[in-house]
Amino acid sequence: MGAYGISFGAVAVTAGFSVLQTCATSLLLFTGASQFALVGVVGAGGSLIAGVLSALLLGSRNTLYAVRLADLLRIRGPRRILAAQLTIDETTAMGTGAPPGLERTAFWASGAAVYVLWNLGTLLGAAGATQLGDPATFGLDAAVPAAFLALLAPRLRDREGLRIAVAGALLALAAIPFVRPGVPVLIAGLAVAPLLVRR
Amino acid sequence: MNTWTAVLLASAGCFALKVLGWSVPPRVLERDRVRRTALFLPVALLAGLVMVQAFGSGRSLQVDARAAGLAVAAVAVLLRAPFLLVVVLAALTAALLRLA
Repeated sequence: MGAYGISFGAVAVTAGFSVLQTCATSLLLFTGASQFALVGVVGAGGSLIAGVLSALLLGSRNTLYAVRLADLLRIRGPRRILAAQLTIDETTAMGTGAPPGLERTAFWASGAAVYVLWNLGTLLGAAGATQLGDPATFGLDAAVPAAFLALLAPRLRDREGLRIAVAGALLALAAIPFVRPGVPVLIAGLAVAPLLVRR
Repeated sequence: MNTWTAVLLASAGCFALKVLGWSVPPRVLERDRVRRTALFLPVALLAGLVMVQAFGSGRSLQVDARAAGLAVAAVAVLLRAPFLLVVVLAALTAALLRLA
């Protein structure tokens, strides 16, 4: 998790975010794929609006995680606000996968650990990348697509995931020459449209 | 919009999405179609991001050292290499190609 945070820090600085902006993103946004999308789209020359929209679309899955966690953990009162901020892939996996009775402990412990490591990693990566100079020299621009591929990899192991990924990739490639940078990513999202209409 | 506005807007929006899930009755979002769409949306977006980052150059497509890095990353992913190794191998491939 720390390592993943380091790559985010480096990628964000490479995309033109300051160290402070990069750290604020990890502290406040705190959902990996959305953060990578925000800095990735901006780094590719896309508009900030396109970056924010990509981040929100990617963040929508956290809503579903939250529905499951709320039902399972039954956390009440102001602690729900804290629990909401910690609702991400990793904590949902830990919370829903824990043995009966230990769900809450697993959720809070993984949330605290991931939050600390993710933010420390971000700071290290961001501070490190400011020392590097031109990102192309160190292949940092090639690290970005590789990071997205690694994030995507677990979802490619079933046929439906693979089909949607290929469709999204082709849509984005086809759109690149015709729309502003950043927008092709949103167009890729249309690959899920058939799921909405099919029963 | 400046970068700070974008960071704060994305953060507020993503936080609201999380809070929404903690606040609605479970039935609302448990509909199969909504659930599947939301779970597969990241797959489509991430695949799009891979392409844009690997082959995009403004409004043109370009095959360069990044593509080689991506190919190496794909092999590493198939071999189930850990996240950081995948990323480092891709960066190293591109950097070495540019040196050559």
